[in-house]
Amino acid sequence: MSLSVGVVRFPGTNCETETVRALGSTLADARVELLDHRRGDLADLDAVVLPGGFSYGDYLRAGAIAARAPIGAAVRRFAAAGGVVVGICNGFQQLQELGLLPGALIRNRTLRFFCGDVHLRPEGRPSAVTCELDRGAVYRIPVAHGEGCFWAEDEDLKRLEDRGQIVLRYCDAQGVVDDGANPNGSLGQVAGVANEGGNVVGMMPHPERNADRLTGNGDGRVFFRSLAAFCAGGAR
Amino acid sequence: MTTTATNSCEARSKRFDSAIVNRLRSLAEVEISPEMVRAHGLDEGEFRDIVAILGRQPTLVELSIFSVMWSEHCCYKSSRALLRNLPTTGPRILQGPGENAGAVDLGDNLAVVFKVESHNHPSFVMPYHGAATGVGGILRDIFTLGARPIAVLDALRFGPTADEISRTTFLGVVDGIAGYGNCIGVPTVGGELHFDPSFARNPIINVMAVGVIEADALVFGRADGPGNPVFILGATTGRDGIHGATFASDVMAGDGGESRPQVQIGDPFVGKEMMEAVLELTRTDYLVGIQDMGAAGLTCSSVEMSARSGTGMVLELERVPVREEGMMPHEIMLSESQERMLAVVEAGSEDRLRELFAGRGLVCEQVGEVRDGGRLEVRWHGRTVADLPVGPLADGAPIVARASAPPAGWRGDAEPGPLPEPMPGVEETLLRLLASESLRSRAYVFSQYDHTVRGSTVLRPGAADAAVLRLAGREDAIAATLDGNSRHVALHPRAGAAGTVAEAARNLACVGARPLAVTDGLNFADPGRPEVFWQFAESVTGLAEGCRALGTPVVSGNVSFYNETGELRVDPTPTVGMVGQLERADEVRGMGLRTAGDAVALLGTNRGRVSGSEYQLLVDGRPSGSGPGVDLEAERALIELLVRTAGERLLRSAHDVSQGGLLVALAECCLASGDDLGVEVDEVPGHGELRADALLFGEEGARAVVSHDPQVGGRLRELATELGVPFHPLGRVVPGRFRVLDLVDLSIQEMRDVWCPRAGVADFLWPADDGRAGG
Repeated sequence: MSLSVGVVRFPGTNCETETVRALGSTLADARVELLDHRRGDLADLDAVVLPGGFSYGDYLRAGAIAARAPIGAAVRRFAAAGGVVVGICNGFQQLQELGLLPGALIRNRTLRFFCGDVHLRPEGRPSAVTCELDRGAVYRIPVAHGEGCFWAEDEDLKRLEDRGQIVLRYCDAQGVVDDGANPNGSLGQVAGVANEGGNVVGMMPHPERNADRLTGNGDGRVFFRSLAAFCAGGAR
Repeated sequence: MTTTATNSCEARSKRFDSAIVNRLRSLAEVEISPEMVRAHGLDEGEFRDIVAILGRQPTLVELSIFSVMWSEHCCYKSSRALLRNLPTTGPRILQGPGENAGAVDLGDNLAVVFKVESHNHPSFVMPYHGAATGVGGILRDIFTLGARPIAVLDALRFGPTADEISRTTFLGVVDGIAGYGNCIGVPTVGGELHFDPSFARNPIINVMAVGVIEADALVFGRADGPGNPVFILGATTGRDGIHGATFASDVMAGDGGESRPQVQIGDPFVGKEMMEAVLELTRTDYLVGIQDMGAAGLTCSSVEMSARSGTGMVLELERVPVREEGMMPHEIMLSESQERMLAVVEAGSEDRLRELFAGRGLVCEQVGEVRDGGRLEVRWHGRTVADLPVGPLADGAPIVARASAPPAGWRGDAEPGPLPEPMPGVEETLLRLLASESLRSRAYVFSQYDHTVRGSTVLRPGAADAAVLRLAGREDAIAATLDGNSRHVALHPRAGAAGTVAEAARNLACVGARPLAVTDGLNFADPGRPEVFWQFAESVTGLAEGCRALGTPVVSGNVSFYNETGELRVDPTPTVGMVGQLERADEVRGMGLRTAGDAVALLGTNRGRVSGSEYQLLVDGRPSGSGPGVDLEAERALIELLVRTAGERLLRSAHDVSQGGLLVALAECCLASGDDLGVEVDEVPGHGELRADALLFGEEGARAVVSHDPQVGGRLRELATELGVPFHPLGRVVPGRFRVLDLVDLSIQEMRDVWCPRAGVADFLWPADDGRAGG
């Protein structure tokens, strides 16, 4: 049974091409399609990916308008029914604006956009982007954002930690979680967060930009393999 | 921008139309005075030509149209004659100069489309918006041909940032490039950054964009088929940028503040939607031709499209969707509002076109029709406000013969000032050079640009001499670079310009790419000064020599004159954008050392030429002499060798020797290595014959430092000998230290600390950015 993944394109989305390519090249028998932002029904899909970009120019809060597009309500229903929804960068911001993930992503503490490689360490509960990652391993993935500083109220952050919903943290090349390796000032070096079911995940780094050896070391591939494994229900 | 908003804006503006028509009636009666002619940037002779062409006095609208079409910016009246000397043809050239951008054949029905443009004047007045619209404008030039933009590069020149104005300009320009480029989703992958007092009030902002398209799908800016409708696409028309083209054809008087209405404001979100819609449109069978509305907006696009097809156009200006109330016809004709295109489609396809653009919330409005007869007729509520022959507007512009003379006392063989005595310490000098604004790490800048979006960036900025991008579904890759050397050109324009071409080609060859073709951005001061025009003429000669010797024709380009303010004139700056091709993407190599134990070698000959070098500037405070000279035959051989080694996969890294000389080049190979690899150099050809500082810091070209598996040294030497390139083993790659003869022994970390200070993984520091001046 082949996997069916939809990649949403809002006006201003700009990472859809490489996201579709990375899904296609990593998951040999997946059917990957671009979804128009006016679409209202996602029932025939196994997973939805909200890729990066500047939806609607991000002229209001990043992701705020996208969350109010017709497909927003459909994504909310799809997630509530247990569907896998992964938001990358602008997609993470959209998931927060949809109310599907807690916290906020505010301007980087340098007040500058940052594009470069960061290192990540998986932890927490098995999620739709981390369930196939090795605990203790370090993954090198590009980031590119101006508003990626994760922020939440103290009690919310504590609840996330207690329930294993923090699934990715920034670390150095040796795997040490340390503020010097934090590209944006995120509280607790948080790079990725899941909902309680692990089926909705948001992450600031872009695994689709390092999905082969020509453009990096291929560390991004396992994030997409996790998506397939989680859909197949094989995640532990 | 929603359609509803556009409509209500239109409705409001209609109420003002009758008032304007009345005002226009009185204006039509206005006698054109000599003051009005001068205010339009035209001289008496040009005005006489206009009267002769028309057989009558022009109307005010007609005078405006002539003034922009005959401005330096649009018609290249000072430069056209000389630019004809550049080589522009070759077996792989699909489109040379004259279109929105040039196109080169990559084989298997793929073409690479590229062009460089300047946005110097606007970027001084409003750094953020000037630079942002520079990016937007050059991207439109690329996708107008139907090509998908895949990369942006920018060559930036400012005054040293200890000066407050230079600092503000620098930070604002970087922010503007990031703001537009990051949002529209085209990676900014390369370029250069240079600081010199000559740019303190006239920054140079040259932006180059690269795109790809199936070779048989190229679309051109034509207006064929009388009766076909003419559409404005994209955004509404406002008052921004009116007379921007004329503005760019004049010197600036002071701080530029009074020029603000002439700077356009960009909207990358509309730009992105526009790009997607136009790329879709260029794949339809009903598109006849399309052109970006850049400089001189509707005027230039309608005239050029008609001229290419030998047709004419009638435009009905009241149909143009405007964003401001009470806009006059000449304002609509001259507006440089961004994110607009002019398109001609087959009659009968109007509804399909409207559906395509309205679906994205973009303006799509018929404003006229193609006509026979070669005339541009501009109407306003049924009244003809301009009726002009297209030919003389587009091609009949006057060629201005400029006086040309070298600066008093200039000699092509001037000796540089004497080297300092005693010789400064080499280690200390190296560290000072690595910390200087000219040579320090550019990570502070390029980390603010999204250089990995689209997931195709094989070599990122800082990793190599050129950017490399893979091509979807293909084994080959393209490489791109954008280079200038204003200091060398100032000392010797002809050799400096030829040397700039050579440096660009060397940069491509270092990553393993074969150079294909050039786009040139020519930035000079007022061409009315004989010494400036001489610099220009000599530079064009040097460019032509370099391009001929290296087999890289010029396919597109841009000239920016009048880069001077008060007493400050820019150093002459021909910027060379060059694109090359790697047969296989995985043959690529960067500048960083890869493996301890590898051999390190120099390709080329050390001559110790310090004239115009960073070292000379550091120890003498000013450049002197006639530059390092250029040896195009040696450059050609070196480039061939570097390209051939890629096919045979002989090198692990390659880096050309340029600003800072051999020692800085070697240091950069260490600093670009991921693991703090260093080198141990125990022989340097020329050591003992040349003074050590001249040997290590001289900037003559035709050299590269490479690292390779010691086992392939024999084959490398053989190939170098066959191609006539001197091959000199220097030493080996070692962990952690930088040792050169008995002159330098530093740790890589202490070099990195001065070269690229940072407070965290994403917090690069620049001396002038004390206050977080983003936004």
